[in-house]
Amino acid sequence: MQIYLPIAELSVNALLILMLGGGVGFLSGLFGVGGGFLMTPLLIFIGVPPAVAVGTQANQLVGASVSGVLAHWRRNNVDVKLGLVMLSGGSLGTALGVWIFGLLQALGHIDLVISLSYVLFLGTVSSLMLWESLGAMLRGRSVASRSKLHHHTWLHGLPFKMRFPRSRLYISALLPALIGFFCGLLVAIMGIGGGFLLVPAMIYILGMPTALVAGTSLFQIIFTTGIAAFLQAVSNQTVDIMLALLLLLGGVVGAQFGTRVGAKLRGEQARALLALVVLAVAVKLAVDLIIRPEDLFSITLPGGA
Amino acid sequence: MRGRHLLALPAGLLAGFMLLLALRADAWGQSLVADLSSHLIAITTGFTGTDVVLFGAVDGEGDVAVVVQGPEGEVTVRHKDRVAGIWINTDEIAFARVPAFYTVALSAPLDGVVPPAVLQRHEIGLDYIRLAPTQKIDKAEKLAEYRAALIRNKQRMGLYTTEAGEVSFLGQRLFRTRIHFPANVPTGTYTASVFLIRDGDVVSAQTTPLLVSKIGFSANVTEFAQRQSVFYAVLSIMLAVTAGWLAGIIFRKS
Repeated sequence: MQIYLPIAELSVNALLILMLGGGVGFLSGLFGVGGGFLMTPLLIFIGVPPAVAVGTQANQLVGASVSGVLAHWRRNNVDVKLGLVMLSGGSLGTALGVWIFGLLQALGHIDLVISLSYVLFLGTVSSLMLWESLGAMLRGRSVASRSKLHHHTWLHGLPFKMRFPRSRLYISALLPALIGFFCGLLVAIMGIGGGFLLVPAMIYILGMPTALVAGTSLFQIIFTTGIAAFLQAVSNQTVDIMLALLLLLGGVVGAQFGTRVGAKLRGEQARALLALVVLAVAVKLAVDLIIRPEDLFSITLPGGA
Repeated sequence: MRGRHLLALPAGLLAGFMLLLALRADAWGQSLVADLSSHLIAITTGFTGTDVVLFGAVDGEGDVAVVVQGPEGEVTVRHKDRVAGIWINTDEIAFARVPAFYTVALSAPLDGVVPPAVLQRHEIGLDYIRLAPTQKIDKAEKLAEYRAALIRNKQRMGLYTTEAGEVSFLGQRLFRTRIHFPANVPTGTYTASVFLIRDGDVVSAQTTPLLVSKIGFSANVTEFAQRQSVFYAVLSIMLAVTAGWLAGIIFRKS
């Protein structure tokens, strides 16, 4: 069934979009990541203008995250206090990121910066995660949560210490705020939720219990993507509500199934799977940067889309 | 769907139109008359592209060329080069007033029959579209390369075509052609120009406007998003939150 997207100015197969949303939503629920790192390239691939893909994606991530959080909330797997501290940094980061995005666009090469940051961040994080989770699976236990308990680094010497009873942590409030800030930056620049960076950062830097990570990161992502979606719609008019609702319809259903399957997976198994998926995307983008393009010339249409 | 409707116009009715045009052509001493089956292409929610029929009459011998071109805008052509192992945009040329859509239909091949200067003047054929860079480019070779790249990219998007429609004659005087507009056709004002070519020169021409516009729901959404962007932003986020919330509640019960 073909449907015309008013803002993207494109006719697409509604079923294809539903399936796309469902598939990415499933992963979102499974791993506690937004799935933006998959959805944004996929949307551009089917012909949606990059600016509309990024703006619409931010909007649909809000809905997908709400749906994802509900499932985690019922299992009491959300640390609201920690999430709010991360959000304080996250909102600052998102606002700064939107400003940097505009600057990069004016200078040109925005596509290159996006591709390079995908390769750099996705590649590094997923390789580390794969390495760690494979090691943990081989030893048959989770190293991450255990080693942190008796590991004191300079990170624990930072000021503004705060208790997070739900996560059984006593750490500097600066740590989660900084993590939120950097992920907020990436939300705006890369058009992603930032879950794939938040999840490992919360596990390895904060030393949070794995069970709480997915729910808490989704909780934070609702607000950062909300800010991004608002700014994109107001300043660029690049949120296609038709596309967002179609993606959501597939996405929320997929996310529910994902959360259920995720509950059956062990922490290191979920991390290894997520690492593999993310690594595949990073490798694909790296290859695209390295191999000779079919046509060395490209055109930019009026309207900056 | 819409296209098929138009084509299903009773042949008799169309022939009647054409006859009327032919009579009018004679009566008014015009050598060329033409019109479109529709002057408005409505982009609705179910839009998947459409066909428009252009028909007309000429007063005697000659070839007919039909050129349809769309709204103009600036287009930047970028060229990639390998820098430190990766492909990066290194150079660009911006072209002013590039038609977003261009298609041509001919009753007979014009190469070798009509001098290039004539084709250039009327922009008949992809090789003769007027594409001027916004800044002066000294190297003609480079300009030609970028120009070709622009046309090639547009062809790949299905927005520049040549082979699509042929102008067919019904008898000596009546002609018709079908112009296809793909699903990704840009909105705006188009012109359909018809040229009567005799002895290697254009002896008569007629230009008809054609509007491509979003209609109904699509148009409302676009207008809302642009005029009330803050309200649109809040509403779209609320819709997203509600959809997520509803899904959560539905799945809890099942």
